[in-house]
Amino acid sequence: MTDRTQDFRLSEGGLIDRSRRIRFRFNGEWMDGHPGDTVASALLANGIHLVGRSMKYHRPRGILAAGAEDPGALIQRRLTGEPARTDPNGRATQTALVDGLEADSVNVWPSVERDLGAALGLASRAMGAGFYYKIMHGSRWMWDRVYEPLIRRAAGFGTCPPLPDPDRYDQRHVHCDVLVVGGGPAGLAAARTAAVPGARVILADEDERLGGSLLARPRVVEGQPGPAWADAVEADLRARPDVRVLPRTTVFGYYDGNYLMALERVTDHLPLDDAPAGAPRQRLWHIRATRVVLATGAHERPLVFGDNDRPGIMLAGAAQAYRHRWGVVPGRSVVLFTTNDAAYEAALDLHAAGATVHAIIDAREAPGPGWPAAARAAGIRIMTGYVVAGTTGTRHITGASIAKLEADGRAVPHCLETIPCDLLLVSGGLSPVVHLFSQSGGRLRYDDDRLAFVPEQATQAVASAGACAGTFDLAGTLAEGAVAGADAARRAGFDPGPEAAAAPDCEPEPPIRPAAPLWRVRPAPGLDHAWGLPFVDFQNDTTAHDIRQAAREGLESVEHVKRYTLTGFGTDQGKTGNINGLGVLAEALDRPMGQAGTTTFRPPYTPVTFGAMAGRDRGDHLDPARLTAIHDRHVALGAEFEDVGQWKRPWYYPRAGETMAQAVERECRAVREGVGVLDASTLGKIDIQGPDAAEFLNRVYTNAWSKLAVGRVRYGVMCREDGMVFDDGTTARLDDTRYLMTTTTGNAAAVLDHLEEYLQTEWPDLRVRLTSVTEQWSTVGLAGPLAGELLARLASGQDLSPEAFPFMSWRPAIVAGLHARVFRISFTGELQYEINVPWHQGGALWDAILRVGVDLGVTPYGTETMHVLRAEKGFIIVGQETDGCQTPVDLGMDWIVSKTKPDFIGKRSLSRSDTARPDRRHLVGLRSKDPRRVIPEGSQIVETGASRRATPVPMLGFVTSAYWSPTLDSGFALALVSGGRGRIGDTVAVALPSGEVPAVICDPVMVDKEGARRDGLPAA
Amino acid sequence: MLLIECPWCGPREETEFHYGGQAHVARPADPAALSDEAWGTYVFLRDNPKGEFAERWCHAAGCRRWFNVLRDTVSHRMLAVYRMGEPRPAVSGESGLPEREAGR
Repeated sequence: MTDRTQDFRLSEGGLIDRSRRIRFRFNGEWMDGHPGDTVASALLANGIHLVGRSMKYHRPRGILAAGAEDPGALIQRRLTGEPARTDPNGRATQTALVDGLEADSVNVWPSVERDLGAALGLASRAMGAGFYYKIMHGSRWMWDRVYEPLIRRAAGFGTCPPLPDPDRYDQRHVHCDVLVVGGGPAGLAAARTAAVPGARVILADEDERLGGSLLARPRVVEGQPGPAWADAVEADLRARPDVRVLPRTTVFGYYDGNYLMALERVTDHLPLDDAPAGAPRQRLWHIRATRVVLATGAHERPLVFGDNDRPGIMLAGAAQAYRHRWGVVPGRSVVLFTTNDAAYEAALDLHAAGATVHAIIDAREAPGPGWPAAARAAGIRIMTGYVVAGTTGTRHITGASIAKLEADGRAVPHCLETIPCDLLLVSGGLSPVVHLFSQSGGRLRYDDDRLAFVPEQATQAVASAGACAGTFDLAGTLAEGAVAGADAARRAGFDPGPEAAAAPDCEPEPPIRPAAPLWRVRPAPGLDHAWGLPFVDFQNDTTAHDIRQAAREGLESVEHVKRYTLTGFGTDQGKTGNINGLGVLAEALDRPMGQAGTTTFRPPYTPVTFGAMAGRDRGDHLDPARLTAIHDRHVALGAEFEDVGQWKRPWYYPRAGETMAQAVERECRAVREGVGVLDASTLGKIDIQGPDAAEFLNRVYTNAWSKLAVGRVRYGVMCREDGMVFDDGTTARLDDTRYLMTTTTGNAAAVLDHLEEYLQTEWPDLRVRLTSVTEQWSTVGLAGPLAGELLARLASGQDLSPEAFPFMSWRPAIVAGLHARVFRISFTGELQYEINVPWHQGGALWDAILRVGVDLGVTPYGTETMHVLRAEKGFIIVGQETDGCQTPVDLGMDWIVSKTKPDFIGKRSLSRSDTARPDRRHLVGLRSKDPRRVIPEGSQIVETGASRRATPVPMLGFVTSAYWSPTLDSGFALALVSGGRGRIGDTVAVALPSGEVPAVICDPVMVDKEGARRDGLPAA
Repeated sequence: MLLIECPWCGPREETEFHYGGQAHVARPADPAALSDEAWGTYVFLRDNPKGEFAERWCHAAGCRRWFNVLRDTVSHRMLAVYRMGEPRPAVSGESGLPEREAGR
């Protein structure tokens, strides 16, 4: 293997440290770069342009740009010996070179040099715009077996890491007076003028080094070379205590309320061993700024002509950046194709660095007097009124085919002219980076003089300065930055003084003559395919042909054309291609450029890692887990847990060797035949106090509350205003003006919000206050025929007779030596007591129950058993039997809906024509004709034989709950069935994938319909 | 993300709040007296204007108080914040707002 020797690196100049070498590997080949290099600059120094393959046609693609806008130079970034640390689709142009870095091409097979997928390019005519939409309308078989597997293999880029991400990511939330986005000349000037009067300033730049365009072009500001000036301003800023300078930080999203998000790459540029201890790999910044100054610069546009995508074709400004910043001349034999004066400087710079510039091809007839005259004086051949129409080469450009522009603007071949070159510079002008401005809600305007979309009207506290506002000369950029910084500070409440907005002076630049629009090279009639594919979006392989075809097929909206042709999708989001695409579309539709606007700019500006978005909220920190005071006892008993909202609830308690079904059967039998114990602490508890509390309950529950005596408990159902059941639970009267309401576990917060809403917004006259006490009380339920005996042992002296302590009442008591409230309610149908003790005493209560009840066989049971037992009794669970579309009447609970109360929330809706329909779905029981079968929950219910008749099959309803019942020795279900209460005894069909299962509709209460067990029966 | 000025706690992040829909929709005093259509209008229909909109918010993760906000649904600017029971303030044109600004 030949060792590459950085043949294209200049011996001096640039902002790299030649005294140290960095070894890195590209596609398995070792080579060198220097500190300060990106992967792209190091590759170019070693003469490598071919980096990847395009998505659709697998065409060879090189390095087009020098920054975030590059569409094709994507790499899989790896670190030697660190398989978990790999990033797909990194931009070579923005990836810092570090020791041990391994970069591989993406979307290549078997290699970037010889990629078999490139054969797809031969079929490009068949793969035009929207081709996959079209083939999807063909044979389903072909799609499943041929097209989709083929497209999935061919498309897409890098690969995901095979292992969990071992790195740490952080997030910070900060406020500032002025956020300056971009550290080029405008941003530096803005940050400095804003910082002087003392504003809290954050200056963020995606680059590792401040200076922006000053690093890429030789300029003198305030008597210093550009990079030195940038360093001096940075040092001044860093010395100020209220200024934060964030290099390597991309502000990628601009949201409402001047809320911006930024990704800081904290240690990506360091070898693993050099990262400071404890430092995160990346940090996500949430920034709330009083004022924002956008100084995000501009992206140069490529030109659209045949085979304009070959490696070795590069934006003129990018070549200039490689020359000045990295000391790399990316070619020796150069042609420039331009529509503007500014690009001539790049050709002159490469000429001065020793490259041979064969020709400058300018589509205009009359270049300006500045750089073009200098180029002519340097002896460079300039061809005006000509274009590059095509190129030659395979994996690298070998020549540019020249064409002459006729009077009608169409290109005809220029005899004999293919100019050999290994570097073709292109420049179609500059596009302001208006992404963040547009995300902020700002309106754009197309400027015919600048050939660019520029900010017009802001809707947030933001200003744009410099190239991102369409000001491309350095003096104007510096001046705008200074003014914007001073203005931002003033509006944020600081006095910048009269002198602050003075522009930093700079050496003058030559005058620039306006560029000419050239959205594509238009071949003369009949020559449309003479020069190869004219690419608009390099990453998605969208050509001018595709956009013109979309227009021919009737698509006019830019948003539709974007989706049909994929222009502007992908990891680069069309930074280089979008404006050319709009130009091609405008021409095809024969309407003025800019009339149709742009596609929407959406965050993120550049891709953001999932790791940074997740931050520390991973694994156990993803969501808080709420644990009851008894949790450790459940763990010790070997419980399996189920998530109910954020709560961890014991699901069942398997003993050694038990299956879930066996454990649940054992727990069910214990409750029905002995005594079971349940941790019910998670039920929502709301303390309701005030003279009007009873009236308040009257209005929020469907039943009447005025006559509930102190010491009594009542079950209530709560509706929303539309009459649909919202929650249910019991409420106890603690004293004259105080109640304790329970809610379902998952709905506790929503119920409190609901109650507060009515109290505060509709009935502020009611003297009622609400407090959540869910986490103030531990609740342990005892259920079963032996529950009374067990409680008697724990609460000696308490009269537990049904007369003294009737069903639906509560008593204060000393239980196991603890001050408790004991509620006699039942969710199982058995004799049941729910014992509330202060939260932290829950464990002690639990321990006492298990100790004292051991000879009674007291059995802990979980939520699964609770569900079985309540379903046998036909008790609903809100959210299981209901989905927000059931009235109390639908659920068979018309007994709880007061006919006499004048009003309650939802009452009026219960008499609407729709809620009064007889064919509404009713809650019923359902028993399969095969008792061994447990019908799956969610199954659809149809008429017998219906699924063999015409589709769509009318649906009668669905199964809401289904379990195996040890008590019934049978499977059973609850279901919502159209007109179900009138169909008790009917046989219907449950439609399963395996066929219809016959089932009989029955009463939803299947165990102890008389309610004889709730006062406790002697054990069988 | 909106920065919402809770009248009790001051400016807080939007994530601390619950949205409550259109403000000043009083619950009818006597629902039974309403036709199905009138009741349906109260329950189901709300305005969705482009521009100024009076709406309710609740500082759910803070003081739990409900209050009203006058918001521009185009710019998402909060034009006024006022307590429950207070009348909708008159915000004439763009007053009370940071001035409209040119993009540059």
